[in-house]
Amino acid sequence: MTPAATESLALAPARSPAAREWVMLLTRLARRRTALFGFVVVGIVLLAAAFAPLIAPFDPLAQDIGERLREPGWQDAQGRMHPLGTDHLGRDILSRIIHGSRIALLVGLAAVLISGTLGMAIGLVSGYFGGRVDDFFMRLADIQLAFPFILLAIAVIGVLGPSLQNIIIVIGVSSWVVYARVVRGEVLSIREREFVQAAIALGSRDGRILVRHVLPNAFTPWLVVATLDMARVIVIESALSFLGLGVQPPTPTWGGMLADGRVYLSTAWWLATFPGLAILVTVLGINLFGDGLRDTLDPRLNV
Amino acid sequence: MNAYLVRRLLQSILVLFGVSVVVFLILYLTGDPALLLLPPDATAEDIAKFRESMGFNDPVAVQYLRFLKGAVRGNFGESLRHGEPAMALVVERLPATFELAGAGLALALSLAIPAGIVSAVRRNTAIDYVSTVVALLGQAMPTFWLGIMLILVFSVRLGWLPSSGRGDLEHLVLPAITLGLFTTARITRLTRSGMLEVLGQDYIRTARAKGVGEPPVVWKHALRNASIPIVTIVGIELGTLLGGSVITETIFAWPGVGRLSVQAIFNRDYPVVQAAVFLLASTFVVVNFLVDIVYTYLDPRIRFH
Repeated sequence: MTPAATESLALAPARSPAAREWVMLLTRLARRRTALFGFVVVGIVLLAAAFAPLIAPFDPLAQDIGERLREPGWQDAQGRMHPLGTDHLGRDILSRIIHGSRIALLVGLAAVLISGTLGMAIGLVSGYFGGRVDDFFMRLADIQLAFPFILLAIAVIGVLGPSLQNIIIVIGVSSWVVYARVVRGEVLSIREREFVQAAIALGSRDGRILVRHVLPNAFTPWLVVATLDMARVIVIESALSFLGLGVQPPTPTWGGMLADGRVYLSTAWWLATFPGLAILVTVLGINLFGDGLRDTLDPRLNV
Repeated sequence: MNAYLVRRLLQSILVLFGVSVVVFLILYLTGDPALLLLPPDATAEDIAKFRESMGFNDPVAVQYLRFLKGAVRGNFGESLRHGEPAMALVVERLPATFELAGAGLALALSLAIPAGIVSAVRRNTAIDYVSTVVALLGQAMPTFWLGIMLILVFSVRLGWLPSSGRGDLEHLVLPAITLGLFTTARITRLTRSGMLEVLGQDYIRTARAKGVGEPPVVWKHALRNASIPIVTIVGIELGTLLGGSVITETIFAWPGVGRLSVQAIFNRDYPVVQAAVFLLASTFVVVNFLVDIVYTYLDPRIRFH
């Protein structure tokens, strides 16, 4: 054990073993520079979303036609600065980006929660019972994967109509496969372990074994998948908004801002540039954090 | 053909059936396909007549069988907007999409495999860091933003390349980069980690100990074994490319299936949507089956699993 690791052990107050494990995990994670960077980025985006009205210098919906398409750093008549400029309706771009993080994170978290729960349940059942149940769900997974995701999403949302709720449901319901496959693989090996065999021998009911013994052990890979999947969902949400099938204006969304900016590309580059940078930085942060989490928790995991 | 491939063929056919069910159900999401297909100002009488003529009053199972019978013959009904068979419209656009996806894939493979190999062989050098950072950025960059930024720089500012349409090679450059970057990033990372794993194996040490030179060790011994996961991901990445073409074609006004289907969704032209989704999903299934055949030649162990 390295001296630093011993130190972190000493620092961790010896409460429950679980708490100590988390402290150790966080210490190890913080030692990876890229993971730490990702964590900080994600933290900043979370704080921006939580305190958007306090941080944003302007009302994201307030239009001011006299101040439209102002370049970054512009000062208006009252001497207030627009650090990232204004859009075609004179709205402050920085404020809209800060508020746009709310939709991105809300859709990301909600959709991941739905697909993660669904995938966990399917993976547990599929891996534990095997046989026909497993065959059924794995073919279902193949069918799901055969569709180009974004095309299926826009087709379904095109029929149902775009709304926050529909977007979350469509992304959530159709993203379960990666969770199910990872959890299933994990369950296949956990099932053969002695503590599970012992529980079966003692006559525990299947449901109890799954929830009490198998699920906690399949949780770690699930968490890694969920983290990385969140980045994917944020990109999909902004792609839907970009196509006009996301949360509808005037609510600020990163993808919607980009679509607006595309029209003014030749005259006002900043309209399309900054919302895209916001997506890039957020997704990069989540990916780096997720990679670190995977390397720390389960380096064998292939996601 | 051996038992493994027969089983995979049957699975693929099963998956195609599943795809047809999902495509069929798109029209039934709101519960009433007649309302979806007719303009909003249709009278109740029109709706009733339309429902009868389209057979929407029949049991759903009967309707599905009718749909399936049409689908296997490539008949998805007529486009509500263009009055032509929906399938013909989609097939007409197919070459453009294949051209774009093919260019994206070719670009990805020709950049990613060398980059991944060099990264692995020269691990922890400047060249490895650069390729890793580029790959990380490539995986985090939304397709539509990348496309817009490329247009901003190379079309609007520099005026070097056209920003829309299909024609000669010039038109293909920006869309192909836009579509291919994510796949490039993914394959670079996969090649790097695959090569690192293989280079640490005993048989590589044996080859080196026998005095085999470094180039043949890397290119013959290591790459052949590291290529197995790359072949798999090419099949899977095809899905990413076909999906990505929806966005890329929209940005660059590329006349392919992706743009057609986005337009069809906005025009509520559902027969075209169904035909496009069905065709793209089937393409994915067929290509992945072919990938599996290649796979069994590369790695004979698969056949005995």
